[in-house]
Amino acid sequence: MREKLEQIRLEAVQALEKLNSLNELEDFRVRFLGKKGELTLLLREMGSLPADERPVMGRIANEIRAFLENELETKTAVLKEAELRQKLESEAIDVTVPGKRPAAGKLHPLTTVLNELKDIFLGMGFEVAEGPEVEYDYYNFEALNIPKNHPARDVQDTFYINDNILLRTHTSPVQVRVMESQKPPIKIIVPGRVYRSDEVDATHSPIFHQIEGLVVDKGITMGDLKGVLDVFAKALFGPETRTKFRPHHFPFTEPSAEVDVSCAICHGAGCRVCSYTGWIEILGAGMVHPKVLQYAGIDPEEYSGFAFGMGLDRIANIKYGIDDIRLLFENDIRFLKQF
Amino acid sequence: MKVPVNWVKDYTDINVSVKELADMMTMTGSKVEEIITLGEDISNVVVGRILSVDRHPDADKLVVCSVDVGQETVQIVTGAPNVEAGQLVPVALHGARLPGGVTIKRGKLRGVESQGMLCSGEELMLKEEDYPGAGVNGILILKEDYAPGMDIKEALDLGGEAIDFEITSNRPDCLSIIGIAREIAITCGTEFRMPEVSLKAGVGDINEELAVRVENPDLCPRYMARVVKDVKVGPSPQWMRRRLAAAGIRPINNIVDITNYVMLEMGQPMHAFDIEDIEGRTIVVRNARPGETIKTLDDKDRQLTEDMLVIADVKKPIAVAGVMGGANSEITEKTKCIVFESALFNAPSVRLTSKALGLRSESSMRFEKGLDINTVALALDRAAQLVQELGAGTVVNGMLDVLSASLEKRTISVRWNRINELLGLSLTVDTICGILARVGIETDVQGDTLTAVIPTYRNDIEGAADLAEEVARVYGYDKIPMTLMEGSAARGQRSRKEKLLSCVKNRLTGAGLYEVVTYSFTSPDIYRAIGYTDPAEYPQAVKIANPLGEDQSIMRTTLLPSILEVLSRNYNRRISSCRIFEINPVFLPKSLPLTELPDEVLTLAIGEYGNDTDFYTLKGVIEEVADLLGLGDRLCFERSSHPALHHGRTAQILLDGKPVGFMGEVHPKVLENFQLDVRSCVAELDLQTLLDTANTEKQYKALPRFPAVNRDLALIVDKKVTAAQIEKVIKGKGGKILEAVELFDIYEGKQIPEGCKSMAYSLTYRASDRTLVDDEVNAVHQKIVNALEAELGARLR
Repeated sequence: MREKLEQIRLEAVQALEKLNSLNELEDFRVRFLGKKGELTLLLREMGSLPADERPVMGRIANEIRAFLENELETKTAVLKEAELRQKLESEAIDVTVPGKRPAAGKLHPLTTVLNELKDIFLGMGFEVAEGPEVEYDYYNFEALNIPKNHPARDVQDTFYINDNILLRTHTSPVQVRVMESQKPPIKIIVPGRVYRSDEVDATHSPIFHQIEGLVVDKGITMGDLKGVLDVFAKALFGPETRTKFRPHHFPFTEPSAEVDVSCAICHGAGCRVCSYTGWIEILGAGMVHPKVLQYAGIDPEEYSGFAFGMGLDRIANIKYGIDDIRLLFENDIRFLKQF
Repeated sequence: MKVPVNWVKDYTDINVSVKELADMMTMTGSKVEEIITLGEDISNVVVGRILSVDRHPDADKLVVCSVDVGQETVQIVTGAPNVEAGQLVPVALHGARLPGGVTIKRGKLRGVESQGMLCSGEELMLKEEDYPGAGVNGILILKEDYAPGMDIKEALDLGGEAIDFEITSNRPDCLSIIGIAREIAITCGTEFRMPEVSLKAGVGDINEELAVRVENPDLCPRYMARVVKDVKVGPSPQWMRRRLAAAGIRPINNIVDITNYVMLEMGQPMHAFDIEDIEGRTIVVRNARPGETIKTLDDKDRQLTEDMLVIADVKKPIAVAGVMGGANSEITEKTKCIVFESALFNAPSVRLTSKALGLRSESSMRFEKGLDINTVALALDRAAQLVQELGAGTVVNGMLDVLSASLEKRTISVRWNRINELLGLSLTVDTICGILARVGIETDVQGDTLTAVIPTYRNDIEGAADLAEEVARVYGYDKIPMTLMEGSAARGQRSRKEKLLSCVKNRLTGAGLYEVVTYSFTSPDIYRAIGYTDPAEYPQAVKIANPLGEDQSIMRTTLLPSILEVLSRNYNRRISSCRIFEINPVFLPKSLPLTELPDEVLTLAIGEYGNDTDFYTLKGVIEEVADLLGLGDRLCFERSSHPALHHGRTAQILLDGKPVGFMGEVHPKVLENFQLDVRSCVAELDLQTLLDTANTEKQYKALPRFPAVNRDLALIVDKKVTAAQIEKVIKGKGGKILEAVELFDIYEGKQIPEGCKSMAYSLTYRASDRTLVDDEVNAVHQKIVNALEAELGARLR
């Protein structure tokens, strides 16, 4: 009996070595451990053994069974792993084939830039105000200290509907509308579409977009104007951006300034984008003219404020390196896809 | 304003380079547009004296000249007919550059060595008006006595630099050389020297020659005149011609040049009349009379209106005041006696007249900004002085001065610290007064109050803010410290509308659409293009009075044409598929003609063509937007018609039963009008109403705890039966346990009778409190089937 057991163990160990597939493993299990397997059959003969040998033989037989089951399990795991590996290998794909994209459109670059500007100013505590594009002459000019026949009206060649109604030439009329309806402190930005009767070319469009800012409160200074616009420029063009304020004239601000930012392309060294000056003009600004405050019913001795305005299309063109404003209004999908 | 540097140096010293000066001036408010280097294209051309002229041995038409060019004598061969020994001529030496990129080299002409070239006026880009004799055919013979070897640019004043300043409308005083000189002095801290104006005694008495009557002193607060007799009209001297040319004004003759020279120098426009043309020897400053006309100096007939101010004699207008002189009193070669006019005209009046006549001049663009009443007199004397200096005539003693306004300087009083408060500085009152003194403003301080005496050429300074600007620009904008205002640290917030709009845009781009931005004005003909046949039915639109063209003359009432144009542009650029939207207002007048502002209604328009798009993809996008705004259940689509759309594929979109837009496939004729050769779908929605109505509040609904039972339902119905009708019946009979109805197939064709269609629905039944049993579901399902048969004639398939 003992010899037979040893014989089975020996055969099993040898057979184990040769097993190469899960099928063979199953055959092996049936042959040795199955209900009619060699070990099982041998154990059935236990009854014919003397009583004192049975426990010993039983122990040996169980040891062999445990050993074989263990071996079988290990081998099964190894073979399963190998088989899975092979299966996966056979399913290998070309990962360099382009992905299947969900259909996705894009926001117009003007919207994207506007969102960016809004975020910057919202972060500084500004709120967004809006006003009509077809506007009264009064709000567009008169209340902004540009009376009829003022030479400044020439600078902004105006589309008129009639004597009193026009297409707004800037977003500034919203300043007046807000000041009329709201007491200081006022802290708004005004994005919007504006109109000037310029013939279309690479840098001019009769319709373009502005974003305007207005702050009115007690104790607002030109230093605040400089500070706010410097923060803005750094947020938009990068932390190393510098700003330069040059005296200028606008009828609705006094003192007035034009604001240049250091060229984001060449960082001031001079390049084609900045016409080799190192600076790009992007803003007009100034302290709100006392007459404008007065028109809107705000006492210029008690309050002061600043205002600024910039062309959104121009900012977008600078930011994206677009050299022709007409592209913004053509809406070629191949253009829109780029932003 | 082009300012020749050499000219401005007459009135102030420049102690820095021109480039540095330009940068500094920009920072004190006179923005430099450009530094123009004059005569840049001419080099190595010198004055030469012709010593001898000999015949060329081998060519009849050539001569060989020996020319003294200072350091040496060179031999030059020329073909010019007008050279003689002793003449001074421009000589281009070996290596010289001439305008047009020409380079001169030594060489041999018919075997004779030539070490350069003698230049004609044309070769130096000079015209007869630049230098007398420059226009003749031949070598330019110099009239003045220059030393041989002198650079021709120096001799003819062709070199130097001019600075082009952008002058803002508040500073007409800077539209002059002295104005700029004053600003340079302020900027550089140098001294400003006013030109010395003094006259030698003249002849006679002006009162015997001329009278002036001003009938409308409001429009002409000051009118001054001088008379010059024995005028010899001819070219003005070279220095004056060069200065005018460098400043961008064409020299004409000595009298006209003097008026232009004074205008450039002093900023005061002047005019000269031939006194023979002034009938009654009386100048009348008056409004034009009804029907009056004048031929202006540019030879155009101008129709005058009664609001225009003219300079007239006793019978007729001889000039449009402050705008342009009349051809009828022009200075000619025969002129013997002239009247110089120097006046101040009302700025808005000049602007209005110049605009109405479509005539802008150097004169009008100065007057319309408001000039200095005191310069009027100074300029008149300056002109007379130049007449004397140039020997152009004999000045008659005295001048006429009709004055109705004050010559005194204005004073303004401000709280001086307000200047600091506005700028965010803390300058002492002494510093402030010092800076103001530098810009010509005298001050007196009593306690908090500063009284400033404003020069009459600074009409723009009215109050504390203006003084603050003067202080700031001289002190330096760059020295104002950057601060961030204190006070209420309110955090900015997007408005509800803005947040919703942003969600809508993101949903649309997420659905694969591109946002487009198009013009808000369009052509009135566009309605025909989008299918309107009767002009009486065109929507009422806001009309622009002065459009760029008829095709951009109305404010759009629909975004549809813009969308179709963009689709067309992309289609014709061979883009195979295009899905776009625009969100912008349309302009709907409340009544015409416009008396109040039109309604600006925020509108969403969508357009699509290409492979995977049809009516239903577009409808799906709209349904998604409606869901996003919480309006999915309240929106419905009804078959409808629209001039731009396919009759069978048009839906009106209703919100709570009220129309908010339409959608559909574009009508083939409209496609053709827009050169679109592909089926396209469009939609237009009143986004304003959708946003106003939006309900984005969300409420959690418990997830189902009991299983659902699904039943399919395949029906055969008449083709005319709509999905909406079927769904209504199903939902009506489904009761509480019908959870969802989904149409998953529509089929026409084989196995389906003619005129019918098959529609397959998947119905989901579920109860929230128990597991449904078959009997219960079967009962409801049968009720639905029965109702569909009874109400819509449907048969189970």
